[in-house]
Amino acid sequence: MSKLNIIILMALVTYIPRMLPMVFLKNMRLAPWLNRFLRFIPYASLGALIFPGALFSVTPPLAAAGGIITSAVLAFMGRSLIAVFASGVMAVYILLLII
Amino acid sequence: MKYALPIAAGYFPVAVSFGLTAVSAGLDGWLAVLMSLIVFAGASQFVGAGMFGMGVGGWEIVLTTFVLNFRHFLMSSSLSRRLPEATTKSQSALAAFGVTDETFAVASMSGEEKLTPSYLYGLNFTAYSAWASGTFVGVMAGSILSDTLKQSLTFGLYALFIGLLVPELKRTRPAVTAALCSMAVSGALYFQPFFELGSGWMIVGATIAGAFAAAVLHGEENEQA
Repeated sequence: MSKLNIIILMALVTYIPRMLPMVFLKNMRLAPWLNRFLRFIPYASLGALIFPGALFSVTPPLAAAGGIITSAVLAFMGRSLIAVFASGVMAVYILLLII
Repeated sequence: MKYALPIAAGYFPVAVSFGLTAVSAGLDGWLAVLMSLIVFAGASQFVGAGMFGMGVGGWEIVLTTFVLNFRHFLMSSSLSRRLPEATTKSQSALAAFGVTDETFAVASMSGEEKLTPSYLYGLNFTAYSAWASGTFVGVMAGSILSDTLKQSLTFGLYALFIGLLVPELKRTRPAVTAALCSMAVSGALYFQPFFELGSGWMIVGATIAGAFAAAVLHGEENEQA
C-alpha cells in the first residue's frame, strides 16, 4: 500500500468516529466500563509507544536514555510541551556528538 | 475566534515539531503536510510518522490510528447533545472534522448552553490553520538540517510522548495503571524470543491490554468523562 493511500485511510478512520455521533447518534450513552476503557486508551498507547520504542529511536541507546531522562524530568517539573521537546532533542544531540 | 487563540498558539509550535520529525523520520514533506490537512489529529500523526519511519506495514498504521482516535467518538457524542435543534446534518458533519482533545475541552467548558455551528467553525478553523501552517514551516526547516540534528529530532517524537504522558501520570491513578501495564506488555512482546510480531501490532495489543487493565482495576471511582 502506498504512503498516500495509508494517509487517506488514516484520515477516514479518524473522521468517521468524529462524525457518526454528531450526525446520527445525538443522545447515545455507552456502558460505564466501555467509557472508562476508551478514556484510558490515550495513556496506554503513549506508554506502549514510549517503551521500548524510545530506547531504540537513536543509536546508541545510551544517547536515547539521556534524552528520555531529560524529557521525563522536565515534564515532571511541569514545563511546557515545547520545552520538554526542545530539551530532550538537545540532550540527544549533545550525547550523539560526544559518544 | 479569541477563545481559540490559546489553542492556535499551542498548536503552531507542536505542528512545527511534527513537520520536523516527520521529515527526519523519512516521510516526504508534502505527505506530512497532507497528513495535517486531512487527518488533523496530533498524537496519531506523530505515531503515524514514527511508524512510517520504522517501516511498519500500512494496515498496522491504519488500525493504530483508529484505536488512538476512537476517543473522539465520545467527545463528539458529548458535543452533539449541545448542538441547537436546527443544526443540519451537513453542518454537524463539517463541525465534526475539527473535534480534537483541545477544541473539545474549550467547547465543552464554554459557558454557552448551546454550541452553534458558527462557534464550532470559528474554533476549529483557527486551530486547523495553526496546525497546517505550522506543519509546513516545520517541513521547510527540516530540509536544511544536518544528519546528526535530524537523528536527534527523531527522538523528538518520543520527547513529545513523554511530555504528554508524564503530567497525566501525576494527575490520575488510572493513567499510571494504564501506562505501566501497556509498557510491561509491549516490553514483554518486544523482548520475547518465541515469535516475530510487527511493532505496530505490539503497540495495538499493548494499548488494548493497558486500557483494559485500568478500566477493570479502577472500577466505579471516576465516571465523569
